[in-house]
Amino acid sequence: MPIDLSIVLSWEFGQWLLRGFLLSIELTLVTLVLAFPLATFVALLRLAPWKLFRGLGFAYVEGIRNVPLLAHLMFWYFGATQLLPEGARAWLYEHDAETVCAIIALTLYTAAFMAEDVRSGIRSIPSAQLEAARALGFGYLRSMRLVVLPQAVRITVPPLISQTLSLWKNTSIATVIGTAELMYQAQRVETATFRGVETFAVTTVAYLTVSGIITLIGVLYQRRYPVRAA
Amino acid sequence: MIDLIRNYWLYFLVGQYPQGPLGGLALTLLLGVAALGLALPLGVVLGLARTSSHRVIRWPVTALVYVVRGTPLLMVIFWAYFFLPAITGQQTSQFNTMLAALVLFNGAYLAEIVRAGIQGIPRGQSECARALGLGYWQSMRAVILPQALRNMLPSLVAQFVTTLKETSLGYIIGLSEVSFIAGQINAQVLTKPVAVYTILALTYFVLCFGLSRIVRLLEKRTQRSSVVMP
Amino acid sequence: MIEFRNVTKFYGSFRALDDVTETIARGEVVVICGPSGSGKSTLIRTINRLEPIDSGQILLDGEDIHRPGLDVDRFRSGIGFVFQQFNLFPHLSVLENCTLAPMKVRGLSEAAARERALALLERVGLAGKAQSYPAQLSGGQQQRVAIARALAMEPPLMLFDEPTSALDPEMVSEVLLVIRDLAHKGQTLVIVTHEMGFAREVADRIFFMDEGRILERASPEDFFERPQHPRARQFLSDLRSPFARSV
Repeated sequence: MPIDLSIVLSWEFGQWLLRGFLLSIELTLVTLVLAFPLATFVALLRLAPWKLFRGLGFAYVEGIRNVPLLAHLMFWYFGATQLLPEGARAWLYEHDAETVCAIIALTLYTAAFMAEDVRSGIRSIPSAQLEAARALGFGYLRSMRLVVLPQAVRITVPPLISQTLSLWKNTSIATVIGTAELMYQAQRVETATFRGVETFAVTTVAYLTVSGIITLIGVLYQRRYPVRAA
Repeated sequence: MIDLIRNYWLYFLVGQYPQGPLGGLALTLLLGVAALGLALPLGVVLGLARTSSHRVIRWPVTALVYVVRGTPLLMVIFWAYFFLPAITGQQTSQFNTMLAALVLFNGAYLAEIVRAGIQGIPRGQSECARALGLGYWQSMRAVILPQALRNMLPSLVAQFVTTLKETSLGYIIGLSEVSFIAGQINAQVLTKPVAVYTILALTYFVLCFGLSRIVRLLEKRTQRSSVVMP
Repeated sequence: MIEFRNVTKFYGSFRALDDVTETIARGEVVVICGPSGSGKSTLIRTINRLEPIDSGQILLDGEDIHRPGLDVDRFRSGIGFVFQQFNLFPHLSVLENCTLAPMKVRGLSEAAARERALALLERVGLAGKAQSYPAQLSGGQQQRVAIARALAMEPPLMLFDEPTSALDPEMVSEVLLVIRDLAHKGQTLVIVTHEMGFAREVADRIFFMDEGRILERASPEDFFERPQHPRARQFLSDLRSPFARSV
């Protein structure tokens, strides 16, 4: 069969793909908004002066990171939902359980990786910086806010952009629990049209476009705010 | 949960073997080892190409690496699934499909690790090798690559952990690796999804966390024995 | 043996070598000195083509070293080069460092290469360290191994790029002794160094460079007693200041 993009891009199927694409973007953005604060919290846990807190942070990061995202998705969608009381479960299934579970799994997973990047960023600022700020008379929190964190942010942004790229690609895995994001829709279109090449080509281009944009943002950021040694 | 383990432990570990193909955790490990074993030479070749001074080699490989790294692994798996039979002229088994996808995907990631490893060797080493009269390939084989590979060892093991997690996506094409088996068990038992998926998560955790610890040990050892230059 | 004809080299817009013309005879020991950034390292690195040149010619035994069709690797194997940073291969033992090139480039058998390497290590006083690894050696020992490694190719010409600048003071003399030994045996040597006392003792001629040009070329006696060029005089008086390290 000769290659024919028009079927795939036609109104009906094109719409499916577009909706999937938009949901993928939505998953990415929502997860980012939720995961980053969680990641910062976990990072601070790991840096806390109390062993219990450090242990909790460590347990979270290692427990989540060493399990594949697929297993996380299956746990939340097939497992955790069964733990809910009958009424809550019914409500959930009516309100896009697939998307909700995908967001929960993606958020916890992404936050675990981001927490490590945030922690590295904070730790990479030499303690001499904090000491210098204290020596000038600033309190602990103000020193952090004025001296350590601004420098840490600059170092942390590139790895976080890298995590965003991973997140964007990871949204594709949500298809296994039926979330109607781009990969799911691509499979639907392929089944309906039997045009595998065209469908997957368009889908691949869609993924690459956003990947390219994210990478570009990263490159521009590093050019604009290069990491300079103290 | 104990019942669950007692009834299904063998199925979980080796799938239907010997009454059928190998599956379960054994298959996960086999796939992971095979994938990384084949991806490594590919990664070295691509990494060398990325550091080449000839643009005609460097640019296509750079483009290939960027495309593969910007595409979700699931997409690569689908490409392999749909097009390997067309290329090889015969039905490709799920194992081989998954293997091909993993080798290509990880080869591209390893290319970057290899590139960084090669470029991390001080310029003086290659200058000295060339000053002695060693040609490009001789310098690479005898001086640069042995040192680069040794330095990359922690990253390589970390990539192996990632590969093991990636094998879980074989679920999508029906490969009976451990996540798929867990799904099968859940479909049979039906009443204990939380237990099933928790066991799955724990299995991955033990495997991957254990390997990560080895990475940590290796990192400490390479730091201690690195050459101290004046 | 080596002839520079109007050699010029730029790094971007910075003129590193400025129309250098000079000859070095076979068997001569030439020391090149001068302030930082004067072009001395650049000049020596153009001889074995570690640095390209932008205009002019460099001739080795009458032949243009940039002629098309020249096998660069084979050309380089005929010149020994000792780096400031030693650049020993850390993953190979001392002996392996010295046998690698003779075996891979000259095709020597392992036995012949080992014999030659051990003789050279003996000559630089490190035969006992043949099985050690570079990380286990001091800086001075590493540099002596680097010299043995370069000698293993039996090159007619040896180049030294600030061989002792990266060493702690107490290790400088052990390396200089080895180089002096080479000079006395009639080897052609070109040495870039700050060790003026050594230069005085060993050199047949001293080149003083500044801003990419050879400003003065003289015998050691003439250079130290009767420097002509004002910048050479300035250089020597800076060296003799109470805070200077050697001379």
